[in-house]
Parts: sequence; C-alpha cells; structure tokens
Amino acid sequence: MQAYLKLDHIDKTFTRGNATTEVLKDINLTIEKGEYVSIIGHSGCGKSTLLNIVAGLTNATQGGVLLENREVNSPGPDRAVVFQNHSLLPWLTVYENVKLGVDKVFASTKTRAERDAWVMHNLNLVQMAHAKDKRPSEISGGMKQRVGIARALAMEPKVLLLDEPFGALDALTRAHLQDSVMALHQKLGNTILMITHDVDEAVLLSDRIVMMTNGPSARIGEVLEVPLARPRKRLELATNPGYLKCRQRVLEFLYERHRFVEAA
Amino acid sequence: MTMPAIKAEATAVAIPTASPVTAAPVVTMTPKQAPRAEKYIKMIKEAAIRVVPPLIVLALLMLFWELVCRRTGSTLPPPSKVFKDTKELIFDPFFDNGGIDKGLFWHLSASLQRVAYGYSIAAVVGVALGTLVGQSVWAMRGLDPLFQVLRTIPPLAWLPLSLAAFRDGQPSAIFVIFITSVWPIIINTAVGIRNIPQDYRNVAAVVQLNPLEFFSKIMIPAAAPYIFTGLRIGIGLSWLAIVAAEMLIGGVGIGFFIWDAWNSSHISEIILALFYVGIIGFVLDRLIAGLAKIVTRGTALN
Repeated sequence: MQAYLKLDHIDKTFTRGNATTEVLKDINLTIEKGEYVSIIGHSGCGKSTLLNIVAGLTNATQGGVLLENREVNSPGPDRAVVFQNHSLLPWLTVYENVKLGVDKVFASTKTRAERDAWVMHNLNLVQMAHAKDKRPSEISGGMKQRVGIARALAMEPKVLLLDEPFGALDALTRAHLQDSVMALHQKLGNTILMITHDVDEAVLLSDRIVMMTNGPSARIGEVLEVPLARPRKRLELATNPGYLKCRQRVLEFLYERHRFVEAA
Repeated sequence: MTMPAIKAEATAVAIPTASPVTAAPVVTMTPKQAPRAEKYIKMIKEAAIRVVPPLIVLALLMLFWELVCRRTGSTLPPPSKVFKDTKELIFDPFFDNGGIDKGLFWHLSASLQRVAYGYSIAAVVGVALGTLVGQSVWAMRGLDPLFQVLRTIPPLAWLPLSLAAFRDGQPSAIFVIFITSVWPIIINTAVGIRNIPQDYRNVAAVVQLNPLEFFSKIMIPAAAPYIFTGLRIGIGLSWLAIVAAEMLIGGVGIGFFIWDAWNSSHISEIILALFYVGIIGFVLDRLIAGLAKIVTRGTALN
C-alpha cells in the first residue's frame, strides 16, 4: 500500500546574507490515512518549520511532500492548519470565520444553503454553534481554538495539521480540548499531524510519536508506536503500564538529547 | 464549560423575579420603572459633565473678550458687536444676490464640495498607493523617499503650479486638497498593510483567497484602524488647506469670503466665518472618527 502522506528527504536551510543555517536534515516520514501522528521536540528544533513545509507555507530546500502520490508545494485547503494562536480574523464573527474557508472550498459544489448548513454542522461538532454571532474578542481562548478547529475541519482537509494547538491554553481547558479532538478523530477518522512539546499530550492522542533531535540540522531521532486501544480515557490511562512506558520512552529521549545539547 | 454556569445563573435570577409577578403584579411595576428613571438621570448627569465645563470656559472667555475689546480704540470688535454686525448673516444664510454676494451656507457648501472632491480622490488614490507601498518591497524602496520629500511641500506651494496646469481655479483648488490630504493616507495605509500579522496571511494562503479577495477580505479590514488614522489626519489637513487656497483663487467659498471681508474691513464677518470654519472642521473630524468606529468594530479591540 502506498503512503497517504509522505515527507520525502526534506532538507531546509535558511540563508540570511552569507550565513546559512541548516534547520532540518533528511526528514523521511510516511503517514497512513486516518493516522494520528505527533511530532515532538524541544523548542527551536524546527518542528514548526516542518509543519509549515507540509502546509506549503514554506518550501523545502531539498525533497518534498507527497499527498496521495502528488507533490504539494503551495498551501491549500486539503492541508488545513489549526494555528497555535487560533488566528481567527477579529473583524469577522465566529460563523463568518468558518464560512470564509467553506465559501472558497465549496464554491461550486455546494449551494448557499448547503454551505450555511455545513458551517453550522462544523460549529456543532466543536460545540460552538451557540456563539456563532460572537466576535473572537468576545469568547475565551479555548473557544477560539475550537472555532479554529471548526474552520479547519470545515474545509474537509485530507490532512489536518495542528501547530501546537493547545499550547496557549490553561491545563484544564487543554485537557477538555484534547478530549474533543480525540472524539472528533474517532468520529471523522481524519489524518492528523500535530506539533507539540507536551509529552502527555503526544502519548494520549497519537498513534505514533515522531521525536526530533535538537537543531540545527534537526532530524527524526526516533519514531514510537503508541499501542493503546481507542477510545482512550485520560483517567484510566494514568495508571496504564503501556501508557507509562511510552511516556517514559519519550521523556528519556527528550531528556538525553537535552543533556547532549548542554554538553556540546 | 462556561455555559452551565451561565444557565444556572439565569435560572437563579429568574426565580425571585418570577414569583412576585404571579403573587402581586402591582409590586413588580414600581421596581421596573424606577431603574429606567434612574437611567435617564444618569444619562443627563453624564451629558452635563461633558457639556457644562466647556460652556463655563466659553462664557468666561467671551466675558474676557468683551471686557478687553469694549474700550474705545480697540482694533477688534467685542462679541456683542460681532453679533450685532453679523445678525443678518447668521439668521439668513441662504440669500443669493448673484456673484459672490451669497449667504454663508453657499460659501460653506462650495468649500465643502471642493473638499469632498479632492478628499475623495485622495482617499481612493491614497489607499491604493499605500497598499502598493505596504505590500511590495520594491514599490516601497522606489516610492517612499519620493513621498517623504513631496509630503513636506506646503499645500499652497502647489497652487501656482496647478493653476498653470489646469488654467482654472476650481480644479486647482481640488488638486491642492488632494495633494494635501493624500500623504498621511498613503503613509498610514502602508504601515497598516505592512503590519498585517503573518497569521492572517497564512490563513488566506490556506483558504486560497485570490489577490482581490485577499485585498478586500483581509488587507482592508486588517489595516482599517491605520487607514482611518490616515483618513482622519487627511480630512483635517484638507480643511486647513481649502481656506488658504480659496483666498487665492477667489469665487464662492468660505476662504474668499474671509478675504473679501478683510478687504472691506468687516472684521465681525471674519470672526463669524472663523467660528463656522472651526465648527465644520470639528464635525468633519468627528464624522471620520465615527465612521472609523463603525467600520473597525472588533479590529481595534484585538
């Protein structure tokens, strides 16, 4: 079987004047349809750059991204992004923010009424239909991120890209949203690529965890399968030996690499 | 998570208000009306706080002016004389005896018309050029130094040149208004466009907005607070420039009215005209500010 999403020998170097910095080195990764993959690493290791390359917002210096065997190198709704700081447009209401993408993607395939229903359907999925006429400044951080997720889902992406989606939220809201994303993944079967620096989040949500070494020239250090049955329950997992083992592995990886940097 | 809390609160509030309604409807009437009356009193109080101090200051200034200019040999008329001299102009602003012998309404409306034309062109051109300069690094490198030099040229310095080019007063005045107000609009729009967060650009890229949609749906709303700052400065400057320009080009218009009054030594008329110029400048500024408030709703908050 061919890979659904394939990151093929991706290198990325930034050039500023005469100085070139190699950020990513030889990244290879294949993701199956419906899989939930997390990329974890220390800040500055280039994981956001990697996500931007997949999203098409940045171009790889070498190598490329294949989605269903076709190269993608410009941004598009088939790889919708949930941005770290929600990036809702403050002058549009919640409904209009979601509709912006829907109107573009389904301009020729759905009627106006169908598009309206589709926007509301997606707002319902993230339990934000009640706030459809509010502006982003009038809702909480967690709610904004829900709307951001609805906006991405509504474009019916082939791959959903999450860029540290819960990073700016308090712990309780974060847990709540993680459960929501898990439920959505269970229900819709999206292929998801998520950037995170939270070990528990990575283990709880992912089928596989991609651990990146420290930059410059970050590469994939290790890929860990998370063999936990779904649906997963946060409370039950807290004492699950399989969960704890995965968590241990990721912590060890990050801890050792971190030490390595300090020694260097 | 906040939803249940709000619901619980709503029901908690509903219970005590609902029970007296069924038990004694008369009682519920009074508390309902009392807050409304209080609200009006509060509104009047707030209005008074804003209006009374400037009125007092104005009255004091008038009194001072009256006392200073009352003495014989004073070069300027006191307010009482200004009022007496200009009573006809104040109470009949609509007369039209042909030529430039018209009521103040006609002079002011002629000036406002010139400003409206010049300023509208400036707004369109300014936003367009500002967008270009804000969006393209090369346009900025090429045009910005030019703008920085041109914008320092005083408005009236353009007038002879535009008279030479247009050979007519009306388009020359409009051109002066345009050239005066266009710079702050260009510069502020460019800053606004340059400050659009990368996030918004990313969103537009993922959604695949075309350039036109990007311009209307992202750029203009995102830069709106900056654009309106430029528009507000621009309207102020154009109102400043029109009076001076009209003094030179003549014809109907508040600027020439003032100049004409000076030539005929009608000092009271000058004072009245200045009063109107001030009030209209203030109203124009408020209009743009109000428009900005409506248009940038939400944007300014974030």
